[in-house]
Formats: sequence, C-alpha cells, structure tokens
Amino acid sequence: MTTLLAQAKIEGPEIDWAGLSPLIALIGGSVIVLLLGLFRARPVREHLVPFVALAAIGAALGLTIWQWGENVDLIRGAMRLDDLTLALTGLFCAAGIATVLLSWRHIAPRESAHGEFYSLLLASLAGMVVLVGATDLITLFLGLELLSIPLYVLCATEMRREGALESGLKYLIIGSVGSATLLFGTAFIYGAAGSTNFAEIAAAIADEGISDSALLLTGVGLAVIGLAFKASVAPFHQWTPDVYEGAPTPVTAFMAVATKVAAIGITLRLFDVALIGVSDVWQPAIAILAAITIIVGNVGALGQSSLKRMLAYSGVAQAGYLLAGVVVASQAGVEAAVFYLAAYTVMNLAAFAVIVARQAQRPDGDDIGALRGLGTERPLLAWPLTLAMLGLAGFPLTAGFIGKFALIQASVEGDYTWLGVMIVIGSMISLGYYLKVVATMWMTSSPEPGEAKPAGIAPGPPVMAGGSPEADDARAPWEVVLVGGVFGLLILAIGVYPQPLFDLAQDAAASLSGLL
Amino acid sequence: MTLHLSIMLWLPAAFALLGALLPGKLPGRIAILGSLLTLAYAVVYVVDFDTGKDGLQYLTDEAWIEALGINYKLGIDGLNLFLILLTALLWFGATLWANLKEWEHARTFFLWLGIGETAVLGALLAQDLALFVVFFDLMLVPFFFITVGWGGKDRVPAVTKLVIYTLVGSLLMLTAAVATGVLAAEGTGNPVDFDLSVIQASGLSEGSQKWIFLFFAAAFLVKMPAVPLHGWLPDGYSAMPLPALALFSGVLSKVAAYGFLRISLPLFPDAAADFQELMLILALVSILYGSVMAFSQTNARLILGYSSIAQLGFITLGIFAIEGTGAQGAILQSVNHGLVTLPAMFILALLAARAGGSEDIRDMGGIAFKAPVLAVFFVITTFALLAMPGSSNFVGEFLILLGVFKTQMAIAIIASIGVVLASVYALRLFIRAMHNRVGADVDSRDLSLADGVILVPVVLLIIAFGLYPQLALERGEKATAAVVAPARAILGEPTGNYGLAEEEAEAAAEEPAGAAPQIDPTTGQPIDPATGQTADPSAQGAPPAGGELIYVDPTSGQQVAPGTPGAIAIDPATGQPVEDPAAGAVNEVTP
Repeated sequence: MTTLLAQAKIEGPEIDWAGLSPLIALIGGSVIVLLLGLFRARPVREHLVPFVALAAIGAALGLTIWQWGENVDLIRGAMRLDDLTLALTGLFCAAGIATVLLSWRHIAPRESAHGEFYSLLLASLAGMVVLVGATDLITLFLGLELLSIPLYVLCATEMRREGALESGLKYLIIGSVGSATLLFGTAFIYGAAGSTNFAEIAAAIADEGISDSALLLTGVGLAVIGLAFKASVAPFHQWTPDVYEGAPTPVTAFMAVATKVAAIGITLRLFDVALIGVSDVWQPAIAILAAITIIVGNVGALGQSSLKRMLAYSGVAQAGYLLAGVVVASQAGVEAAVFYLAAYTVMNLAAFAVIVARQAQRPDGDDIGALRGLGTERPLLAWPLTLAMLGLAGFPLTAGFIGKFALIQASVEGDYTWLGVMIVIGSMISLGYYLKVVATMWMTSSPEPGEAKPAGIAPGPPVMAGGSPEADDARAPWEVVLVGGVFGLLILAIGVYPQPLFDLAQDAAASLSGLL
Repeated sequence: MTLHLSIMLWLPAAFALLGALLPGKLPGRIAILGSLLTLAYAVVYVVDFDTGKDGLQYLTDEAWIEALGINYKLGIDGLNLFLILLTALLWFGATLWANLKEWEHARTFFLWLGIGETAVLGALLAQDLALFVVFFDLMLVPFFFITVGWGGKDRVPAVTKLVIYTLVGSLLMLTAAVATGVLAAEGTGNPVDFDLSVIQASGLSEGSQKWIFLFFAAAFLVKMPAVPLHGWLPDGYSAMPLPALALFSGVLSKVAAYGFLRISLPLFPDAAADFQELMLILALVSILYGSVMAFSQTNARLILGYSSIAQLGFITLGIFAIEGTGAQGAILQSVNHGLVTLPAMFILALLAARAGGSEDIRDMGGIAFKAPVLAVFFVITTFALLAMPGSSNFVGEFLILLGVFKTQMAIAIIASIGVVLASVYALRLFIRAMHNRVGADVDSRDLSLADGVILVPVVLLIIAFGLYPQLALERGEKATAAVVAPARAILGEPTGNYGLAEEEAEAAAEEPAGAAPQIDPTTGQPIDPATGQTADPSAQGAPPAGGELIYVDPTSGQQVAPGTPGAIAIDPATGQPVEDPAAGAVNEVTP
C-alpha cells in the first residue's frame, strides 16, 4: 500500500518563487484589498483600500525591477519570466497605478464597493502578467480569462448609469466570442502540433513539416481572430467605441492601455515564438489586418465628438501601427513594438487623466466642446492633453514620433515598406482629429453665446449668484492632475531622450529567440 | 575659437521658456534679448567662417538615439551660413515687432515664437537626416499654435488645412528618410546610420532614389509652396498674425529650398538628374502662376503670398539648374527674399493701420502724401522685391537665370518673363497703396519712431547687401559647387555654354600677357595659367577691386571695353558675372 502510494506520488513542479513574485504581489494584494473592503469605517474603505492597492502594484513594480535580466522558465515551462514579460509588467503596473489614482475619488468604486473594485483591478493586472508570460496555450487562455472577466465587471461598476451596464454587457458578449474563438484556435494548433508548449509547437512545425497542414493553419487563423478581438483590431473592433464610452473613465483608461499592451504582448510571443515556422502564412494576413485597422481606426475617429470614443478609435488605429512590429518578426520589430507600447501607454494615460479631471469639473467633460478655452483657463490640464494629442499624432520631440520612427524603420528593414507607408497615411488622417482637440483647447475666444452648453444637459455644480460658470467649475482632484502632468512630461522626456527606453526594449526583444 | 552650435540652437527656446515663467511685459523683453543674442552669435559665425575650408565647420557630433542610428550632428557650411544669419535677423526683427503690439496671453505667444526659432535653426544646422526631419516637422508646431491662438478669422479651418498639407508632405518625407537610412545601410552591412555624410558615402540604387526623391520633393514643395501644392496658401496667409507670417514666408519657405540643396541633390543625384526637367517645369509654372495671381489679387497679403510663390519658383529654378552658378543664386535669392519679406509684411501692417484696418489695396491709396518717409522705405523694398538692378535680388535672379541658361535655355527664356511680371505686381501694390486717389477710410500718418527702429535697419541692410552681395557668394561657393557636383556628373557638362570659350580666347588676347585670367569653358572657373588646372576660386582670396572686372558682350561672348552698353561684368577671380559697379548697364539680360 505504502509502496503504491509512493509510486503514485506525483512530483510537483519546482516553483521559482522569486520569479513569480510580481504575480504573487498582485494576487496577494487583490485578496487583502477585498478583505479590507469589508470594514465599515469610511476612511478605511475610501482611502486605505486604494492605498493598499497602490502599495501592491508598487511592490509588483519593485519586484519586476528586481527580477530584471533573469530569463527563466517558471512552473515547468508554463510561463516564462524574461525581459519581455518584465518590461510589459512594468507597463501594466504604470497603468495600474494611474488607474488607482484616477479612480480614487471617482464615482465608480463608490457605487460598486471599494474593496471589490480594486480587487478586480488587481486580479485583472495579475491576468495580464500571466498572459504576457505565457509560453503554453493553456496558460495563455488562463491569463486571458483572468484578464477579461474582472474587466467585464469593472465596466459595469457605475451601476446607476445605463451606459455603464450596457458597456459591461457588450464587452462580456463580444469578449466571450473572442475568447471562444481563441480557445478554438489553440485547440486546433494543439491538434496539429501535439503539444501546448510554445517551444514544442515551434519544434513540431520545424521538424514534422506540418507547416501546410490545414489543421494548423485553421488554428492560426482562429488565434489571429481571437487576439484581434482583444486588441480591437479591425474588423473585430466594433465593440470598442461603445464599451469605451460607456465604461467609467478610469476603467476605460485601464482597458485602453493595459489590455492593448497585454494583447499585443501575447501576440508577439505566440507568433514570433510558437508560430514562427509558419510566418509566411500569418505575416501577410496580419499585415493586411494592420493596414485595414489603421485606415478604419483613423477614419472612424474623424467624426467623433466624444473624446472617449475618439480615443477608442485612435486606439484601434494605434493597434494597427503596433501590429507592424509583430508582422516583421524581427528583433527590430519587437523592439519597436515594445517601445511604442510604452509610448502608447504614456500618451493615453495623460489624455485619459485630463478627461477624468474634466468630467469631475463638468458633466459634459467627455465632450470635445468642454475643452474650449482650456488652454488659457487651466493650462495644467491643457498641456498634458496637448502633448498627448501631438504625441499620438506623431509630432517630433514626443514619444509618439520616436515610436513611429522605430516602427517604420522596422517595417522597411523587414521588407514591409508598404506597411510603413500605411502608418504614415494613417498618421496623416489622424491629424484631422488630434489637431481638432488641440485647436479647440488653444483657441483664445470664449464660447459664443448659445453654443456654450448644449441644451438638455443638467448644469454642473450650482451656480452662485454673480459667479460665472467657468469660475465655479469644481476643482479637479489633485491626484488626477498629477497623473496627467507626470505622464505629459514623460511624453516629452521620452521624445527628447529615448535611449534608456530603447535599451529596455532591446533587452525585451533579445529575450525572444528564433526571430527572422 | 570654439563656438558651440548647440548654444546658438537652444538659446531662443531657453529664453522663451524663461520668459514664460515671468509676469507682465517681461516675456516679450526676454524674447527680444534671446533673439538678439542669437543674432549676435550668428554674426560671429559669419565673421569667423573660414571661406577657404572645405566641408562643415564648428561640427557637433553626438549619438542621440543609438538604437535607431540617429545622431545629434550639427554643422555650418556655405549652404546654411547665411540662412542662419537670415533666420536670426528676421526673428529678431519679428520679435521686436511683436513687442509693439499687446498680445493676449503674451507669455505663451513669445514661448512659441522662441521655440519656432530653435526649430528653424535646428533644421538648418542638422547634418543628420533624421534630425533634419525632426526639426523640419517641429517648425510647424509653433506656427500652428500661434495661428490658432492669435490668428485672424476662420483661423481653425485655415490652419488645419495648412498643417495637414505640410504634415502630409513631412510624413512622406519621414518614410523616405527612414528608407534612405535603411537602404543605404543595407548595401554596406553596417548598422543603420542617418548621418548625411555616411548616407552619401554609401549611396542608393537609382530605383530607390526615384521614389525617395519624390517624397522629399513633396515635403519641400508644400512648404515653399510651389504650384500645384500651394492650396493652403490663401487661407494660411490670411489667418496668420503678421509677424508670424513674415517669418513663415520669409524663413520657413527657405528651409524647404535649402532642403533640396542639403538633402535631395547630394543624396539622390540620379533621381535629381532624372527629375531635373520636371522640377524646372514646376518652378516655371510657379513663377508664372504666382506672378499672374499676384497682380490679380486685391488683398495685399495675398499679393505678397503669391509673389513668394513666384520667388520660390526662381529659387527652385536655380537649384535644379544643377549647376554651381544657379545654386549660388538660389541661396543668395533665398536670403534676399527673406530680407524683403519682413519689411514688406511690416509695411503691410502699417498700411492696414492707416487704411482703417483693411488689407485690401482698394481701400488704400494716397497714403504717400502724408507719409513721405514711409513711402521712401516702401519704394526701396518694392524695388528690391522686383529685382531692380542694383539690388541684391537682381544679382540673385541673374545668377539663377545664368545657371539655367547653361543647362536649359528654353526654360530660362520663359522664366525671364517672370522678372518682368514681378515689376508689374510689385509696382501695382506700391502705386495702388501709396499713390492714386486717397482711400475713403485712409487716415495717413508717417512712420512712428518705434516703427522706424524696425524698418530702417532692415531696409538699410537690403541696400547694403545689394551693394556687396559678394559677402554671401564667396562663402557659399565651395559648398554649392560640392552639392551640385554628383548630379552634375550624371547629367554631363552644361551644353549652352554662353560663349565662354570665345571669351576665354578674347580675354587672353586683350589682357597683357601673364595677367590674363583664363576661364575653363566647362566649369566657368578660371584656369591657373601656371598649372593649366582650374584654380580654386576661394583660394584666390579677396574679391577683386572694382577696376579689375572684365566686360563681356553677352550676345557675342567677346570682351569689350568697360562701360560698353549691354556688357556684363565678369569677376576674373571667380569667373562669375558680378554687378558692374561703374554702370548699371547689366539689365540687358532681361528680355
């Protein structure tokens, strides 16, 4: 009996706790925050909970920096902790910190419950880390779901607003379709390659000559579509504007930034590691998707008056630019993609911080008209948004310019010059909407009477007698302004001195072996 | 003496940032100080510049973004020296001018103005292709904000149009620049490097050169603007505040012309040779279209705007003569046109102030009667604009046409019509504004002291430069010869040689033996009698004293006695035609 038991004993995988530590910090934080949220005292719920969430993300960030340069497999090759995982984890943490600060005095955590809100946020972050570290199809799916499910709920946290609920439901349905497609795709890939491990799949494709098997190619196709849903790549992007508009703005910021980073991150690893053997199949397919995405996103953004919808479409277009870095499947491509992801994170967080601040000041803060005269009245808000818009449009001396430069250079080097030209054409179209925002802010004339505020929108805070509505704007929470300012400065700093970030991106790219 | 270019480059932006932190009228004053120091720096460079040296001087070369192969490399040579001086000068003038006026949110205004100067200087100084693109695109940002914040009516659609036009060009240029760097590195196996000299050394295949050249050309032609890429001009010119417009028209357009010389000709010589005729025809169309539009407009701003299309057409013509004389003329004319634009725009503001705020020449008229001093300065500016002999503009246009004559005679003949048309629109502007019946709302008065402080020095500079254009020609000669050389080599020697061969023989016969400067028929450079080689013109040092000029009859190519009507004065040291100081008889060249 005892011998039988001894024989039956399964040896557990060796666990590299240090390598997993950023993930553990996030999951641990998630649990603690959830429990803390049960306390009844308001200061605990309203301030201690976000503070602990911040501390957990900060700890994860610190551990990420500590682990830099450790390129090891975790849990028997289910995950890999390399510089790509760590670099993207750093971006998730930046987005997470910003989101906590933006949510601190926002209505969404108050309406749901502080504990749950931040706990879900941390869980989603943990899912992202798992996803970008995944080197196994099963881990990939686990990460994707751990990322998505908390986000479905977070979208609906403003429970008394119909838009938020609609947004959550839409995201749930479309997101599930995406997840299902991806799951289906991974099953096909497994069927063809006989393994779920990325390295083994790559080896199977190289050795067994299955690169033209219908099973594998169907799997690749479904995986592309599934990830396209997550990264909001056209034509699978239709949910994006509605969900972004409806969700609470801090959550939108988080989705726009972190989800995109995670989706592009896993795309890099899946295609450039596991499926590199069939690159001649997926390269043209993704290139065409990228081109469509660039055009659809930029044209879609042109007519938007809601800033969140505009940024949603702009995010679609940016995903198209980023795919160029995936398509070329080269060191330079990965490097450019990682750099651009960082630039994208910084630029979008600055923009969303300003929208959150503006919404705290007036109920129509999401509307482009609410920006009129911002340049002279509130330069602290106008500057970050200006820099973000110029950066996203790709003006020189901003992070966006350098990022686009790197992406175009990678495309040209990878013989995808036409995709580089598409990036440029997309940027041209994008001027139409980015500059509109900037021009609205810096026009000196005040709004003409009659169009000052659209009728039917409830006035903001009560207007005191004799006071002008402008002067009575509620003050934006300082931490929101801080987020905008810090990320606004970063846009400029990266644009002027990008070398350190390039060094990081280079390390991250070097951790993917076997590139073309 | 070490003079760091970075100091001059960042000085205006640094002062602007400093000014942005100060209250009240201080930002404007600080901006004046900043632009004045920059001007002083630029003057020092012009004085200190070593004419005899080949290549770049005062070089700064650091790696900026190693991962992308982008360098922070700045340098001065004969191509950009005078354009830098022009930039510093015009910016100083415009900053003074802007200080005469009260601006809402003056701090931000002067901040953008200073950043603009840094961007333009950066584009002129950059010796790295990517760095050039960065600064070239950056130039637009301050002007976008200035127009949005302080422009005239309908400014947002106008400036959006302007920005989209120019950035479409710029983004095409960005792709082309990246492709240039990558393709140039591909052949050599070295990592990508955007250093202009590295790219020029490795070269590109003719096929790649073609599309890359066209992408660059699109960016430059939009900025100039040239027909048919000038669609933004009427709206853009109407919307921009005048001091900014003077800079946009006077300086930024020249950076585009400079881009052709710095980037397109040396880096893509095959394509430049292939597209020479296309570019010449575009230039020709710009000259004719710009001139015709300029004398059919009634808005004074647009008259100046269209006239600048025509002037930039001449500059393009000179560049794409792909010949030393033409390129020299193009640089000289760039400086000339910039020098004329600032006073012209300034006078336009003064006229509008006297005509009840209207910039329409139908509302002006008779302003000269009560403003004789203003009229004098205006007439000098007008004469410079129409390239009256005696002005430096005349020398510039002459050199350009001479360069084109040598290569494409037919185009040169048609282009000379533009010289005539220039006098039509320039004089029409002057007469309609200053003479004729006094306009209904005109309340004329003469220059105020403050106006004079800005106007007088610039106009005096125009006169001074007209008397001694050699200052710029000498310093530009080596660099222009170097940039046109690769493309010229592909095209072969110029055909229409303008009778210089006979002239050479004549010169040898007439002059006392030994002192006879012989002219190489192919290059137009004098031959050293001792060695039989083409002498290095700049090695011969100082410009000739007035008496040593040779006079040549342009029709026969024979040397004639000084003072003969219709004769062209030729400087024996350079072999280039110069203005005859003795007689203003050179105007025979214009048909």
